[in-house]
Amino acid sequence: MANEETPLLSVRDLQTHFYTDEGLVRAVDGVSFDIHRGKTLGIVGESGCGKSVTARSLMRIIDPPGRIIGGSILLRQERNDGSGQIDEIEIAELSDTGQDIRNIRGEVIGLVFQEPMTSFSPVHTIGNQIVEAIQLHRSMDDRQARERAVELLTMVGVSRPEERLDELPFQMSGGLRQRAMIAMALACEPDLLIADEPTTALDVTTQSQILELMQDLQEQTGMAIMLITHNLGVIAEMADDVVVMYLGQVVEKGTVDEIFYAPKHPYTKALLRSIPNIYQPSRVELPTITGSIPHPYNRPSGCPFHPRCPDYMPGTCDVDQPQTVTSKTGQEVRCFLYTEGAVRVDGSGNSEKEERQWSHTS
Amino acid sequence: MLGYIIRRAMFSLVTIFLVSILSFAIIQLPPGDYVDSYIAQLQATGTPVSEAEAENLRARYGLDEPFVVQYGLWMRQVLRGNLGTSMQWQRPVREVIGDRLALTVVVSLAALVFTWMIALPIGIFSAVRQYSIADYIATTIGFMGLAVPNFLFALVIMYIGWSVFGLNVGGLFSAEYELQGWSFGKFVNLLTHLPVPAIVLGTAATAQGIRVLRNNLLDELRKPYVVTARAKGLSETRLILKYPVRVALNPLASTIGYMLPFIVSGSVIVSIVLSLPTVGPVLLTSLVSQDMFLAGAIVLLLGVMTIIGTFLSDMILLLIDPRIRMEE
Amino acid sequence: MADKEDLSRKPDEPRDPDIARPEATVGAGADYNADTEAARQIGTEGSEAEDRVAVATQFQLMWWRFRRHRLAMIGGIVVLCFYMVVVFADFLAYTSPQASEAERSLMPPQRVYLFDDGSFNPHVFGLDSRRNPQTFQREYFANPDDKIELEFFAEGFEYNLLGFIPTNRHLIGTRDREIGESVFLLGTDVQGRDMWSRLMYATRISLTIGLIAVVISIILGVVMGGLSGFYGGWVDMVVQRVMELLYSIPTIPLWMGLAAAVPDHWSILRIYFAITLIIALIGWTELARVVRGRLLALREEDFVMAANLAGASQFRIIFVHLIPLVLSHIIAAISLALPAMIVAETSLSFLGLGLRPPAVSWGVLLQGAQNIQAVAITPWLLLPAIPVIVVILAFSFLGDGLRDAADPYGM
Ligand SMILES: Nc1ncnc2c1ncn2[C@@H]1O[C@H](COP(=O)(O)OP(=O)(O)OP(=O)(O)O)[C@@H](O)[C@H]1O
Ligand code: SF4
Ligand SMILES: [Mg+2]
Repeated sequence: MANEETPLLSVRDLQTHFYTDEGLVRAVDGVSFDIHRGKTLGIVGESGCGKSVTARSLMRIIDPPGRIIGGSILLRQERNDGSGQIDEIEIAELSDTGQDIRNIRGEVIGLVFQEPMTSFSPVHTIGNQIVEAIQLHRSMDDRQARERAVELLTMVGVSRPEERLDELPFQMSGGLRQRAMIAMALACEPDLLIADEPTTALDVTTQSQILELMQDLQEQTGMAIMLITHNLGVIAEMADDVVVMYLGQVVEKGTVDEIFYAPKHPYTKALLRSIPNIYQPSRVELPTITGSIPHPYNRPSGCPFHPRCPDYMPGTCDVDQPQTVTSKTGQEVRCFLYTEGAVRVDGSGNSEKEERQWSHTS
Repeated sequence: MLGYIIRRAMFSLVTIFLVSILSFAIIQLPPGDYVDSYIAQLQATGTPVSEAEAENLRARYGLDEPFVVQYGLWMRQVLRGNLGTSMQWQRPVREVIGDRLALTVVVSLAALVFTWMIALPIGIFSAVRQYSIADYIATTIGFMGLAVPNFLFALVIMYIGWSVFGLNVGGLFSAEYELQGWSFGKFVNLLTHLPVPAIVLGTAATAQGIRVLRNNLLDELRKPYVVTARAKGLSETRLILKYPVRVALNPLASTIGYMLPFIVSGSVIVSIVLSLPTVGPVLLTSLVSQDMFLAGAIVLLLGVMTIIGTFLSDMILLLIDPRIRMEE
Repeated sequence: MADKEDLSRKPDEPRDPDIARPEATVGAGADYNADTEAARQIGTEGSEAEDRVAVATQFQLMWWRFRRHRLAMIGGIVVLCFYMVVVFADFLAYTSPQASEAERSLMPPQRVYLFDDGSFNPHVFGLDSRRNPQTFQREYFANPDDKIELEFFAEGFEYNLLGFIPTNRHLIGTRDREIGESVFLLGTDVQGRDMWSRLMYATRISLTIGLIAVVISIILGVVMGGLSGFYGGWVDMVVQRVMELLYSIPTIPLWMGLAAAVPDHWSILRIYFAITLIIALIGWTELARVVRGRLLALREEDFVMAANLAGASQFRIIFVHLIPLVLSHIIAAISLALPAMIVAETSLSFLGLGLRPPAVSWGVLLQGAQNIQAVAITPWLLLPAIPVIVVILAFSFLGDGLRDAADPYGM
């Protein structure tokens, strides 16, 4: 993650909690990462680990009873008077209904998400909804905005864009709708596109078309992409940097090469082991991560991963929370295996364990 | 779309047919027939009636024929626009209830308008501010509105109007207009009298409407398209009015379909308490004196009116919901 | 390794926060093991035991969720109190509901004084009457010299407590006077009958009529809904059409017509049952709708298929296996149907088409309040409106809470 340029967006120790009737859910619990212009940040993790909540926190569109209760989300924007001056905006401190955040939504940060079926209003035409997105931030009359919408649909590869504009969402296929969604998110040329599992609901061919489209658009516009997915294959293909999340925390963070070729955290390793591999002998059962994600109301003590961790060290991992350790290259990991001076009750050496694990993955 | 309209129309026709059978059956239920009570009434006032006269009367009204034949006779007359003669009033049924039926429509529509005027803003508000104090108040008032029976509500309003303000809040016209023909003054007078029955009748439906709208809206507010709209940078007010409210309105529009029978039903009882010149009080007296043609005509017309209203509301729904329009 | 095996079985278990048993997620290994072990044992004990477990937990869950609705709890308690009045109406009344006396027409309620010179001695003052020379109305004045002392658990008219224990004890009595001629806690009606005592009996009639009507409509609703929801096909078609018909027309005029057809010369009891039947006809559609909807959903479940394959008769499947699962929904629907039935009786009787005097019900009592100009002078005639509103509100809150508890995700 060595990147000299100042990041577009810096998230530090973000905490977003849900105060539900049943109890407190720490959906995001101390997350930090940077997003750079022109780069793609991939976020992976099992269902429920807080990926979507993180993304929505950046736009301040958390549903009640959720609230950002701590941390900072710093957006750096070049002033558009040509002075090259950089303005810093603390998104975490804006009012979530105010004009300031509304100027950022759609204009600076665009959002695409998973459900292409339901992310358009079912009773308004696609055109109506895209034109609205344009007119919110650009002073264009209806005809101009419509022309722009046609342009956008053409850009995302929708055929017969003129006709499509007058169609209702349910008249379009999932892939088309997702293209339209991307077009709408890009309506005002945002600096950052957040794509929350943009391809999960699509078939494999459409999936790769959409991903390619996003890559092309990134090359054209130089925007940053924050890509959320369960699919490590997608990450490998798309991401420059990767954040691995578990139960609301970043457990490992690094460049895509570091994550795939030198994973450190037992959870990352387990995730990698569970993807099919063409070099594997056929008919071998894929290893799965043992156990399932603990219930959000009952977060395990100590390292949240310890009930499922193959390297769990009793007396340490279930007692204290491990702190983030940063390697010389900037790879970060949150695990007692890498903290110096951690008490080892079982007496086994760190390096030995490391060795064993490495040999498994390679 | 055409298929849908035809299907709805067919359904309405079948329902009207069933309602006509029901109305006629109701009239046939009482033991004895109108001639019996007519004779009893005449005899009570000291006018003797001979057997022959009674038979004559029975034959005139077809009372000796079997049910199906009587029904057939009645329907043929009804379809020709002849609703028969009210034996109690000794006048054609159409004359007895003509104006009253029109006023029933007016009162029901006023109640419907009232319902929407109140239910819309309150429903939206209590969904958007879920669990706020205002939401609790609205929900509780809604509960009261649903719980208090119409006629009791009417009684209480009458009581308050009379004992606190010294006003008779019943009726639809002031005394000076009551017997006059239609004029602009009478119309204005009607408008000033409409709010009370509209409120009494509309409150239960309003409470229902608030609940339906609130629940629909709460569902819609959680849908991804709301997040999409918010992520565009739309302001909360515009967003809520343009998207979830618009979508939640469709099911609400379809509730007109069941509000209407509800309101028309209620209007019968409320009219009696508020002594409105609608068909309600006439229905009661005709039932009590077994004036079969009159009672039958009222039950039938109320049913037909409601069914037509429901059909129209479905057509409105068709206009505002593109999904139904397209699918058919 | 055994450990891992168990952990990997976890995903099969319910993940729903409402369903997860509290102990299932407390900690790591050991607890998980115990839990899955228990689950496995239940699974092997045969289907009947499984049914029982499912039903029991369903009710437990319902109770847990219900307890959280404070208003519903209060509603439940109020409803209970009202049914206590039903049971003990003659104990709570202190005079016959029919005892009339023209001399006592339209007496206002008496004020009850609890203390007499600082000591507890509940009493009321006797009323003297005088005719107003201008209006010719009878007017009443409390006479401060005529102190009538009240006592509790006093002797009064004879009745059978709970229907079979002969007694003459009543909640309230007087020390040295004939109570029926001196105490009128809530005033009297036009015919000089004591409103308090009439109200007690009216509560008994109005609430039992609702209860009996609801039982009849449950039977109707469950049978119709059950047949419709289970067999589907043309049975469902017919039942659905009937229900649609009843939903799409104004029904009150129909019920009025039916009620008007009840002959006047019938005995009170026959009229009572006829009216109950008519009211039951009003309410069954909603119950049938609920039962049908739930059954349609359940019909697709595996265990119904299994029972089918095992050769259980359809009837047995519906009424032995399925109805118990729908029970919680039925209970909720009942508590929402009951107030509608009570309103129906009250409205019909109010119009003079339901119960008729000498029967006493809330509706019959409210007939006395039909003339508003008169009521403005004698407002206590409107008093029976209060229990009607209170009990209906209580039922609505109770029913709403029960429905939420039975089906937290809406139907
Ligand atoms: N509206 C809400 N109310 C209560 N809890 C919520 C809400 N939204 C999210 N959460 C909680 O926040 C946690 C993280 O949810 P999130 O949607 O971010 O997961 P995710 O990583 O995006 O999962 P997925 O891959 O399934 O999309 C979950 O445990 C969830 O229970
Ligand atoms: S801290 Fe311990 S339990 Fe957590 S991942 Fe590292 S080794 Fe496993
Ligand atoms: Mg998500």
